[in-house]
Amino acid sequence: MHRRDFLAFGAAGVGGLVLPSMFGKVIAAEELSNAIDVALKKTLADAAMNSAKSAGATYCDVRIGRYLRQFVITRERNVENIVNTESTGVGIRVIAGGAWGFAATNELTKEAVAKAAMQAVAIAKANAPGQSAPVQLAPAKGVGEVSWKTPLIKNSMAVPIKDKVDLLMGVNAAALDAGASFIRSILFLVNEQKYFASTDGSYIDQDVHRIWAPIEVTAVDKVSGKFRTREGLSSPMGMGFEYLDGAASGKTVLPNGVTVYGKSYDMKEDAIAAAKQAQAKIKAPSVKPGKYDLVLDPSHTWLTIHESVGHPLELDRVLGYEANYAGTSFATMDKLQSHFQYGSDKVNIVADKLQPGSLGAVAYDDEGIKTKKWDLIRDGKLVGYQAIRDQAHIEGKTESDGCAYADSWSNVQFQRMANVSLEAGKQKMSVADMIAGVEDGIYIIGDGSFSIDQQRYNAQFGGQLFYEIKNGKITQQIEDVAYQIRTPEFWNACAGVCDASDYRLGGSFFDGKGQPAQVSAVSHGSSTARFNGINVINTARSLG
Amino acid sequence: MSILPEAQAKAILTKVVGYSKADECTAQLTGSTRGNVRFARNDVSTAGITDDIQLAVQVAFGKRVGTATINQFDDAALERVVRRAEELAKLAPENPEFMPAVSPQTYLKTDTFSASTAGIDAAYRAKVATDSIAPCRASKLVAAGYLEDETGFTAFLNSKGNYGYQTLTSSDYTCTVRTEDGRGSGWVGHNVQDVAQFNAGEDIRVAMRKASASADAKALEPGKYTVILEPAAAAGLIAFMMYFFDARSADEGRSFLSKKGGGNKLGEQVYGPQVTMFTDPAYPGGAVYPWDDEGLPRKKLPIIQGGKLMNMNYSRYWSQKQGKPELAGFGNIIMEGGTKSTADLIRTTERGILVSRTWYIRMVDPQTVLLTGLTRDGTFYIENGQIKYPVKNFRFNESPVIMLNNVEEFGKPVRVKSDESGTVMVIPPMKLRDFTFTSLSDAV
Repeated sequence: MHRRDFLAFGAAGVGGLVLPSMFGKVIAAEELSNAIDVALKKTLADAAMNSAKSAGATYCDVRIGRYLRQFVITRERNVENIVNTESTGVGIRVIAGGAWGFAATNELTKEAVAKAAMQAVAIAKANAPGQSAPVQLAPAKGVGEVSWKTPLIKNSMAVPIKDKVDLLMGVNAAALDAGASFIRSILFLVNEQKYFASTDGSYIDQDVHRIWAPIEVTAVDKVSGKFRTREGLSSPMGMGFEYLDGAASGKTVLPNGVTVYGKSYDMKEDAIAAAKQAQAKIKAPSVKPGKYDLVLDPSHTWLTIHESVGHPLELDRVLGYEANYAGTSFATMDKLQSHFQYGSDKVNIVADKLQPGSLGAVAYDDEGIKTKKWDLIRDGKLVGYQAIRDQAHIEGKTESDGCAYADSWSNVQFQRMANVSLEAGKQKMSVADMIAGVEDGIYIIGDGSFSIDQQRYNAQFGGQLFYEIKNGKITQQIEDVAYQIRTPEFWNACAGVCDASDYRLGGSFFDGKGQPAQVSAVSHGSSTARFNGINVINTARSLG
Repeated sequence: MSILPEAQAKAILTKVVGYSKADECTAQLTGSTRGNVRFARNDVSTAGITDDIQLAVQVAFGKRVGTATINQFDDAALERVVRRAEELAKLAPENPEFMPAVSPQTYLKTDTFSASTAGIDAAYRAKVATDSIAPCRASKLVAAGYLEDETGFTAFLNSKGNYGYQTLTSSDYTCTVRTEDGRGSGWVGHNVQDVAQFNAGEDIRVAMRKASASADAKALEPGKYTVILEPAAAAGLIAFMMYFFDARSADEGRSFLSKKGGGNKLGEQVYGPQVTMFTDPAYPGGAVYPWDDEGLPRKKLPIIQGGKLMNMNYSRYWSQKQGKPELAGFGNIIMEGGTKSTADLIRTTERGILVSRTWYIRMVDPQTVLLTGLTRDGTFYIENGQIKYPVKNFRFNESPVIMLNNVEEFGKPVRVKSDESGTVMVIPPMKLRDFTFTSLSDAV
């Protein structure tokens, strides 16, 4: 599920001693540019693996992680909080007696990791007798000593705090000057320095960077008592600070005059637009409920893909491992075998851990598997799931899909969603072309409210901006729109996808799964897509 | 060891505050030991223990604030964390909403610790898993569940001499039981401070019964129905609403508690007359720390009285700006109810829907707190005081404000935890009229 707690965290922490402890200890800014020496990491990894093997492990992997995060949180003309956090430690996973065991320590000494490795083996041996079948790992060859880094131009962690504060204060001032009643703006910067070693012979050093710059602009009309918010149209990205350069090449002006963003975001421009559009939302007429043809912008569609395709095609959900929390899946194994008609022939959906600029892009996953791109839905038919090493054989495959991830050194890695994206249409088609063919429709931009059942059938989505389409023309901004779907019917109603020139990424920093819960960052790309005859409800209510 | 005895905690805090050269210094120690066991497909999947202890130091030079944390406790480390906080404070811009550290307070001693919960070990957790799995295996049902227990402490001291120390325990058990063919699903949850009140072998029967009884669900037309929300089902909606009980947002005109023309709805009749809610840090079985995040002392406080809005959450800054007395934020949510069980409420229902659990609740419109979400793991049609048959799950679009204006009857409140909120809540089963279901879900 896509978590909703981030902005809540942003709203706290004023005047009290409320810390984002979920992200580790707070450190000084200058420490953000350090890294642990690779030679030390290899020494520690070898110590752990030797200890595990001596204790009887048949397999061992070691993840040495240094997770850095920086938050700059503002509202209106105030900086509410600047926090740097660091979490460093070692997670050791073993197979002994055919069962998994895991232990972690924050002490970076040979003695401490060797002891943790023995604890992991002891846990595995304790779990082994109750296990129905031994763990079966898909084969993987060691890759030796390799490294990878998110391609970036400006390391966000190296940008001075003052520049970040100035940027956000400028954004906030511009929104307030444009008529916003309130604005919250945040920079959330992530650097995962991850080292993976395994008894297969891999020593992989990766330096992963992500950036997110959310805004929330509110307009209040005191006379009517109405208020509306418009959130930013940016996306969290696997990029450096260059994402915030606001380059013209990253901008697309849609047929209704709204500017949306690709690989470069103009935060101030978007804040000004948000201020104006939030005010317009207050006065916009309420939607008449009924069936409409929906034209969905990529800034919106990412979340629909995430919930109704990404999650149901996770093999651990299909098998029932998430039954008590995130849920199971309607897309059962028999549907894979029969190539279930998930969507129309316009629907091609791929999982991709390589996509440049995406949140999920790495060279190797947290099991040391070289990442790849693969099909989930081809010509509308279900053809694949997302599986990791100990699941591949269940799907009849001989290799992992390379989508294991752990959100910290102290949590065990498990199957997480890859970037799951709708391929652009092969025929040339612009957004204007698509809208010209719609008689009675609604054009939706930005992600809003979202909810889906535990098997991923019934979903409801809102948005940020809604526009009425009549006889091929955008007529006016409307409000109070949410659409309800049944997943297979929705994707089978896909009547067209614009071409690759319109392809953009959306995504989330906070895809939640597992108990204890872990978060993961994931992107979803698409071009503008049309879905015919979708049920739209009116969400306006009166409290009297 | 993550639970420091009081003397040791106080000695560390005193040393830290003594190191500070800033105008103000607040030091806080928090530690916890969390154990868990997870199972699925009738097998244990993971089990573990996480120990964590952290010292946070916040200092202020004028209105410039810096915060740093550390998890080492030798003298050099303690001094280093203070200096680091001081360096950050000097770099920080002035916060116009800065509030000075609180003066010494008198805190209630609330009963938040149970030795039985603190004594949970790996064998206990394994037994919970076995007690859940074994009866399911025997009945051709499939269990997936999770137990997490926590023993923790908090201690703090500021340069004005305000000090607090207390320990707490909690345990949270959830289990989803499904039929082998996937046509039925039931759930049980049990959140307690004192694990002596918990028995997985008894609780699992509830989930098993619902799993078996919910197979062969019939489809009912979506629409407005009388519903009985079990406490866990109601908690998700109530918890979500309480998240928006912030006075500042209301005064700023961007809350369902904002008043047309300005100000907030304090003192107004917002809910039906049956609705009474309060917060009480010492509530038996639902006790919480006697201080809030800002160090203000919690006390028993009405939130809703006979449907009237009595109190909202004010930050210290906002209460000062509005000329209000400083009151601690709500630590727990206690709703008053009656004496009837859920079964009693069913017996007096002519026609209605019983909802065991609600799921994936999200805000649709903050103006009216319109929430959407789904029913799951046991939804049943009631006729003439009896459960007639299982029904397919529904999606709802409903505002808890409207819902709490349509109260038929409340049953006996119990402690519950919602899926996505850590707040300790005591919530009754609720019989409500005209609850809005907007579509059907095929999910089991």
